[in-house]
Amino acid sequence: MIARRPLPAWAEIVVLPLVNIALAFLTVGIIVRIIGVDPFHALSLLVVGAVGSSESIGYTLYYTTNFIFTGLAVAVAFHAGLFNIGGEGQAYIGGLGCGLAILAFDRYLPAPLMIPLAILAAALFGAAWAAVPAWLQAWRGSHIVITTIMFNFLAAALMVYLMVNVLIAPGSMTPQSRTFASSGKLMSMHEALAAIGITVAPSAANVSILLAVLCCVGVWVFLWHTPWGYALRTMGHNPEAAVYGGTNLRHMTMLAMCISGGLAGFVGVNELMGVHQRIVLDFPAGYGFAGIAVALMGRSHPVGIVLAALLFGALQQGGAELAFEIPTITRETVVVIQGLIILFSGALVNMPRPWLQWLLSLLSSPRSGEVPAKRAEGS
Amino acid sequence: MDDLLSFAFLMLAATLRVATPLVLCAMGGLFSEKSGIIDVGLEGKMLMAAFFAAAISAVTGSAWLGVAAAIVAAEVMALLHGFACITHRGNQVVSGVAINIIAAGLTVVWGTAWFNRGGQTPPLVGDQRLLPLLLPNAGDNILVYAALLSVPLTWWIIERTRFGLRLRAVGEMPLAVDTAGISVPWLRYRAVLLCGLFAGLAGAYLSIAQNAGFSRDMTAGQGFIALAAIIFGKWRPFPAFGACLIFGLLDAIAIRLQGVKVPGVGEVPVQLIQALPYLLTVFLLAGFIGRAIAPRAAGVPYQKEH
Repeated sequence: MIARRPLPAWAEIVVLPLVNIALAFLTVGIIVRIIGVDPFHALSLLVVGAVGSSESIGYTLYYTTNFIFTGLAVAVAFHAGLFNIGGEGQAYIGGLGCGLAILAFDRYLPAPLMIPLAILAAALFGAAWAAVPAWLQAWRGSHIVITTIMFNFLAAALMVYLMVNVLIAPGSMTPQSRTFASSGKLMSMHEALAAIGITVAPSAANVSILLAVLCCVGVWVFLWHTPWGYALRTMGHNPEAAVYGGTNLRHMTMLAMCISGGLAGFVGVNELMGVHQRIVLDFPAGYGFAGIAVALMGRSHPVGIVLAALLFGALQQGGAELAFEIPTITRETVVVIQGLIILFSGALVNMPRPWLQWLLSLLSSPRSGEVPAKRAEGS
Repeated sequence: MDDLLSFAFLMLAATLRVATPLVLCAMGGLFSEKSGIIDVGLEGKMLMAAFFAAAISAVTGSAWLGVAAAIVAAEVMALLHGFACITHRGNQVVSGVAINIIAAGLTVVWGTAWFNRGGQTPPLVGDQRLLPLLLPNAGDNILVYAALLSVPLTWWIIERTRFGLRLRAVGEMPLAVDTAGISVPWLRYRAVLLCGLFAGLAGAYLSIAQNAGFSRDMTAGQGFIALAAIIFGKWRPFPAFGACLIFGLLDAIAIRLQGVKVPGVGEVPVQLIQALPYLLTVFLLAGFIGRAIAPRAAGVPYQKEH
């Protein structure tokens, strides 16, 4: 076997993810072709649907917000060497916390107090839902992947019970809470922009995207510029070295998972305070799982995650428009793309690497050819 | 007395009906996990199989072709899992999650394009379904018996054959198996393919035996309950079968208790009973009820030394 040199950093960070996405799109293109739709026509409809008007851009950004939250959530856990598949449940329970805070206080508190309190409640509830699997892993030795999966189902069961039996608005036929008072609503993007004199079409985009940007900066500072972030990443790379460096792995597991869960909980802020303005069922709608794809594609770095989240947001919005234009294509095409991206940039990430190494070795072969010649001279 | 007997019979039949896909799936998952390949993608394999069983059965009119299609569909997903995890040494959990999401999307995409019913297949009638064999109204189709048979079969293969011995070894210490001159990848591929076979049967049961057609996301977490049953059974066939029966019974009880007031307790929330399999598994994993120890090499890709 030929000894392979590792890929240069630029190929690892830029080219490899692009190859992974290309493979995912190629596969879904073939699937669309099988269905009997021209994939290029579908792609152009998708692009127009995602960024063709200020309204569609607004919706793209609204979806992007969710993907940033769940992508960051998965990434923080990844850096600690933990695989948090529980983003779905943490988002659900985070939304519950946010909604409960608003239902309790929205009639008494003004918006400047109510909104931070609700955001805090979302983070705390999301973190608490992640803290239990973290505690079980750190102190009781149960595997975090399995427990977070189980906690997704537990969250879903709990929410159905609460919505049907406890939180349902009196007289309502569907399981949803009463509408939040105005102090519990987040300003939508078109209102915020109108206040500074910019007119855009109304959409679901709201100011929680600013919270998402803030979280990106916060995660970046935390992971790469604080001692805790350093300890967390050390644990992910080499737990023994972390212990040698004085890190308490149990506490660090708790910290990583609580931050992860809190970030996932912010999906509730965007969905409930920004859009639904009441507690509803099933609002996490797969964002927690998609966060795995976002984190994998964004190489667990906030910049990469923003880019990946933008792509996923555009796909989500464009896919909805595409399904509207071509009835034989459903919105689930986007779900297939998400799955394929997880497959290619996660499970099969090692597959294209030798191809790239081979390609690069072809490009650099004239130079590497010189080396043995020089050696021959010297000997 | 007669009432009690017939009630017990009804509950037993209901339990078996619900437990059948769990048992098949759990036995399949056991092969994979015993060989050191974690299978979070049972759900996706089962869903894919359920779709192709119903689709092919609806198009050809033969339930048996439906079963064959289900097995092929699940095996394709199993091979994909093997290709990612064994050949390319990818993360097994990531691969499983990918398979679940791809299956959830693809079944609806294909179903809509194919039948134009919002992801559902046409309702199946007559020979398009697997029908009960011996007992009236018990739903005892051939796959129920297959599930019952699969448990001793799995036990026998894993505990009493040379292949099973090697399978257990490769899940505990692949280096030892490799040193003995046995191919680790080929062993693991066979385990993954066996897993696909059983998951395929489980999927076929859902769409052409228990129900009369495929509907989107019809597995509804049963693949994960099967995974929980494997853990609950501590990676052994008969205890895992027992766990499937308990989980099946819980489900049968949940359906019975819907809206019923239990004396002294009041109305038991159905969601609590439905959440019990997950809750019990969490408790077990935490070591509160015994200890569940996974095969030691589970989740670790095997890198052959050069």
